[in-house]
Amino acid sequence: MTRHSGRGFACINYPIGMNLGGDPAQALVHSTPDGKFMVTLSAIDLGQGMKSVTRQIAAEALGVPLADVYVDTADSDTGPHDMGSFASRGTHRVGNAVIRAASEARAQMMEAAAEELEVSAQDLDTDGAGNIHVKGAPSRQITVADTAIAAQFKQGRTLSGRGIFLIEPSGVDPDTGEMSPVTTYAHAALIVDLDVDDETGEVEVTQINSAYEVGRALNPKLVEQQLIGGAWMGVSHALYETTEPYYPDRSHGPEDFNTYLMPGPGEIVPHDIAVLERPAADAPYGGKGPGEMCANPVLPAVANAVYNAVGVRVDKLPITPEKILRGIRTNGGARPGPRRPGV
Amino acid sequence: MPKTPLAFTLNDAETGIFVDDGQNLLEALRRGAGDLSPKYGCGQGTCGACTVLIDGVPHLSCLTLAEAVAGRRMDTTAGLAEGAELHPLQRAFMEGFAAQCGYCTPGMLMAAKALLAANPRPSREEVIEAISGNLCRCTGYEPIVTAILEAAAKLQGRAA
Ligand code: FES
Ligand code: FES
Repeated sequence: MTRHSGRGFACINYPIGMNLGGDPAQALVHSTPDGKFMVTLSAIDLGQGMKSVTRQIAAEALGVPLADVYVDTADSDTGPHDMGSFASRGTHRVGNAVIRAASEARAQMMEAAAEELEVSAQDLDTDGAGNIHVKGAPSRQITVADTAIAAQFKQGRTLSGRGIFLIEPSGVDPDTGEMSPVTTYAHAALIVDLDVDDETGEVEVTQINSAYEVGRALNPKLVEQQLIGGAWMGVSHALYETTEPYYPDRSHGPEDFNTYLMPGPGEIVPHDIAVLERPAADAPYGGKGPGEMCANPVLPAVANAVYNAVGVRVDKLPITPEKILRGIRTNGGARPGPRRPGV
Repeated sequence: MPKTPLAFTLNDAETGIFVDDGQNLLEALRRGAGDLSPKYGCGQGTCGACTVLIDGVPHLSCLTLAEAVAGRRMDTTAGLAEGAELHPLQRAFMEGFAAQCGYCTPGMLMAAKALLAANPRPSREEVIEAISGNLCRCTGYEPIVTAILEAAAKLQGRAA
């Protein structure tokens, strides 16, 4: 038995969101009588951090403390319409809708404060700490809470905003098939190092090195965590998971969770990540978000690394020991690819 | 269906419920005792989301007969915090971004709690071993392992 090491590379140009129907997202923002703000969305948080990031975006656009903003994604029956949490569209589409809704609510908040302070709304600014003051005269101020109370009980005004984000719909050109699916792309490059056992066909991924360009990382820690977790899922899709191992034949497929393979804590792969921030022009505060891209480049990089290690080109996922061993047998033995010196 | 009375200690509280014949502990806790912290993941012992401690030892509540815990002491994630004060494990998970969707988290926390009670200074390998019966779809495990090691260090500091 010999373990052959291999290295594989992949890079991707990744569309953020999709085009279907203009890919709309809506957001509604309103203040409660005590000056907190509620953001109502129908896009949901699957664990990727959408609630955290839309909360940050709303607080920034409103000019109020993060702690005073709540995001409610409870119910797509009663909330504003959204296409959903998929296609890596959350940060970009929903974030843009939130900025619009929050900006409209902010304008109303400033009008209400202006009425209380007897100045023009143009002369007012927020300090981000829960106060609204006259520009250049910070002592002439009113709290956001008092503004909301005045709006509610004195002025008879709501502090609320509506936001929708819609991209230019782009149809498919009937002659060329060309279309412009999205308005912005994220990017990634990823290197996988692994070992292949030429007797058992087993693969052990030993290291991942990656660089991701996600626009501005609106919440750097969440971005990093999403990339780490997503790469794990990429390894899982590349090497383990399937419901039909002999697709389209159902035989030998897992019948329940016990027989559905996934890597466990024992298969953690060290992963070094560089996040490159290139704020995108039409993205909320420049953030495109990682989305599904965090898993995607891992799969081709693993396939390339297996090829580099033993010379077997597997073009059906997952890359199981059986497929590798069959390939090695067809080739008459493992055929390790070229190594760069020192690798 | 005949009901059987069942008494046990749940997070330091004397608890009494009625269970159906053959009911599993996960259902008894969630429906009977109203403790929603153990999660139903697979219902067949694969994922660890339903992990609770029985007399300090981690058990998969989906595979445990409810009646087997009569008179015993159980701990779940609902009892980890002391009032508003989070348990060091919860704090480490929060600060280390060790929960994304959070579905695996209660099981991870219980497995970790049992580990630290038995072995306050675990190695990285021992942490991995301790949570090897718990699946996580989101995090890639690394932040969970790191958070448990962090919490162990904090608890050691407190004990010293
Ligand atoms: S629900 Fe008990 S192990 Fe999955
Ligand atoms: S955080 Fe989602 S399953 Fe672990």
